Amino acid sequence: MNIRLTGLIRKEFLQIVRDPSSIAIAFLMPLVLLLLFGYGVSLDSEHIPLGLVVEAPGADTSSFTAEFHESRYFKTFAYTNTRNAVQAMMAGKINAVIVLRQDFARQLRQPDGAPVQLILNGVDENTARIISGYVDGSFQNWLEHDAAMRGMQSEIPVRIEQRIWFNSELRSRNFLVPGLIAVIMTLIGALLTALVMAREWERGTMEALLVTPVSMSEVILGKLIPYFLLGMGGLALSVAMALWLFEVPLRGSLWVLFAASALFLITALGMGLLISSVAKSQFVAGQVAIIGTFLPAFILSGFIFDINSMPKIVQVITHVIAARYYVAILQTLFLAGDEWQVILPNAAALVLLATIFLGLTWRNTRKRLE
Amino acid sequence: MWKRILALTIKEFLALLKDRKGRLVLVVPPLIQLLVFGYAATFELKQVPYAVYSEDRGNVSRDLLAAFRGSSSFNLVAQLQNEIRIAPLIESKQVLMVLRVGPNFSADLLSGRTSRIQIIVDGRNSNTAMLVVNYAGTIVKQFNGTWAASQGSGMPVHIETRAWFNPNLESRWFFVPGIVGLLTLLVTMLVTALSVAREREQGTFDQLLVTPMSPVEILIGKALPGFLIGILEATLVTLAAVFWFKVPFLGSIATLYVGIFLFLLSAVGVGLMISSIAVTQQQGLLGAFFFMVPAIILSGFATPIRNMPAIVQDLTLVNPMRYFLVVLRGTFLQGMPFHLLIPELWPLAVIGIASLAIAGWLFRNRMY
Repeated sequence: MNIRLTGLIRKEFLQIVRDPSSIAIAFLMPLVLLLLFGYGVSLDSEHIPLGLVVEAPGADTSSFTAEFHESRYFKTFAYTNTRNAVQAMMAGKINAVIVLRQDFARQLRQPDGAPVQLILNGVDENTARIISGYVDGSFQNWLEHDAAMRGMQSEIPVRIEQRIWFNSELRSRNFLVPGLIAVIMTLIGALLTALVMAREWERGTMEALLVTPVSMSEVILGKLIPYFLLGMGGLALSVAMALWLFEVPLRGSLWVLFAASALFLITALGMGLLISSVAKSQFVAGQVAIIGTFLPAFILSGFIFDINSMPKIVQVITHVIAARYYVAILQTLFLAGDEWQVILPNAAALVLLATIFLGLTWRNTRKRLE
Repeated sequence: MWKRILALTIKEFLALLKDRKGRLVLVVPPLIQLLVFGYAATFELKQVPYAVYSEDRGNVSRDLLAAFRGSSSFNLVAQLQNEIRIAPLIESKQVLMVLRVGPNFSADLLSGRTSRIQIIVDGRNSNTAMLVVNYAGTIVKQFNGTWAASQGSGMPVHIETRAWFNPNLESRWFFVPGIVGLLTLLVTMLVTALSVAREREQGTFDQLLVTPMSPVEILIGKALPGFLIGILEATLVTLAAVFWFKVPFLGSIATLYVGIFLFLLSAVGVGLMISSIAVTQQQGLLGAFFFMVPAIILSGFATPIRNMPAIVQDLTLVNPMRYFLVVLRGTFLQGMPFHLLIPELWPLAVIGIASLAIAGWLFRNRMY
């Protein structure tokens, strides 16, 4: 290998080893983020605090409320009247209130049926929707039990049987952890590279490099190679944690995972280099990297929020977000398997983006001063 | 004393605003974030692509399928004629759900037995899958109600659901007040986390320490710019939330500003703490980042704190964002009066004063 290039790479490695913050991004960050997300973030609601108001307790009401006491989704709290319950909901102690009015027993099995009021705290609308679904589930169970007790057939005309593929227990960890790998790789690739390149400009060491015989493509390669290796190290750590600590299944093959990740890492490095070729101070480069790469990887990649539900114009923007393609590949590889129909088009998009970013960087970074 | 503090504050503002890119970075990115977050961050699903595989030829099943087709939550992309096509459609992500109606559907229903339909859902994103199941459940529930009524039997109990504070369950009403907190934190932290680190990197901090200024004066001078910019940022985003995103604001403005003031104490305090530990700007930036990501994730911004394991829930007690979000959503959506928010406000004050005190101590005691 070219001696100038090896020299640059050696220098970069020394800098990485001597500045703990680079190592922090590459290894500590994946660790912290994965632990945070793996343990801290969960969309699986269980033991939701639910207020029950029974205005006239009796055998009928207790058969109804028993369904909620027994459900693992709810933790019930009894209130004597609706006002107290609603105040508790206002203060955030409970998330929903079920009210069985005075006339519950009398109205029960009348043609109109007994009205049961469900009051949700709508501030967190996602939780509100989930609660409403769980209440319906408990309600249907009660209908069946009630009919069985009275020796009748079930009173529910149509009942849904659900089959959830790829993630039958609906563990949110199973999709959060693979998606998070995309965020981590974006951080290592784009943020770290943008910062180290901008640092050379800011400290004036880039000028020193420019007067040496190294060519610009050697400078770029000298940055690409060390951080590529660092990124792959971070990836190996993340995958190991995903598989053994969080027990996310990997149904696709490991080599496809690493190949796709290498492709994405090159794209992310390209973004980082491009940012630093435009923004030559660390403050600006850091800001641009966070806003241009990290936040989109979080929000516009389909990692948490469904892309198809976004407004059309935002959907168009997501097409230039590299993380979008990588998240699709990751979630499919981990949970579904080697589905080439998903992997190939997304990989092709990554190749295209990588070419564009690296091409622009190469064009932007000439050996010249401003 | 105040003259010296004023001088330092002016100098800090000059350092921040002197170059064009630095100025742009303070204004443009928060605006972009507000728009992107405001429009993209939603858990609602629209037009879920689905396919139907129906083996039943009766009229009743046609009514049920029409109910799905008429819903704006679902978008029919394929009618399947045989079972083997189900798996490829879901695996390749062309549909999120396949609705399967068995051959006996109409017959069961007409003879008074419970009919079963099957939904097969792509579980790769478990939250989306859960919502799809819920949406399908709502449609079937309505169908059941109409069916029972048409048979003259009626259900023994019917549930009336009311969502308070957000009657149409709009995702945006939940996220946009949170974004006020998120952007205020982001901008304030970036401004303060780099302020001391920049001086250390350039060696001018030592000079500052040998001036007649006392550490308290330096602290105030360094804290004020972040504070003012934070208040400005919070005001801007709040205005955008109310007038652009049309999120209702029911509470009192004074209560909101007490919350913003106390929150900024903590944000500036933590920012200066990080800044005085950092030796270079890169470390300052990364430190801010290391604080912000957990602060946002463990604040209840997107996922409820209640879902976290008990030990992580205890950890969130020192997170200023956690309290600020309750204040924001409380004043925006719930119109919570001041006295109900006191349990959120006093921890903010404690965290703020403690972090500022530590930052001031670090100024003096960390020298290289």
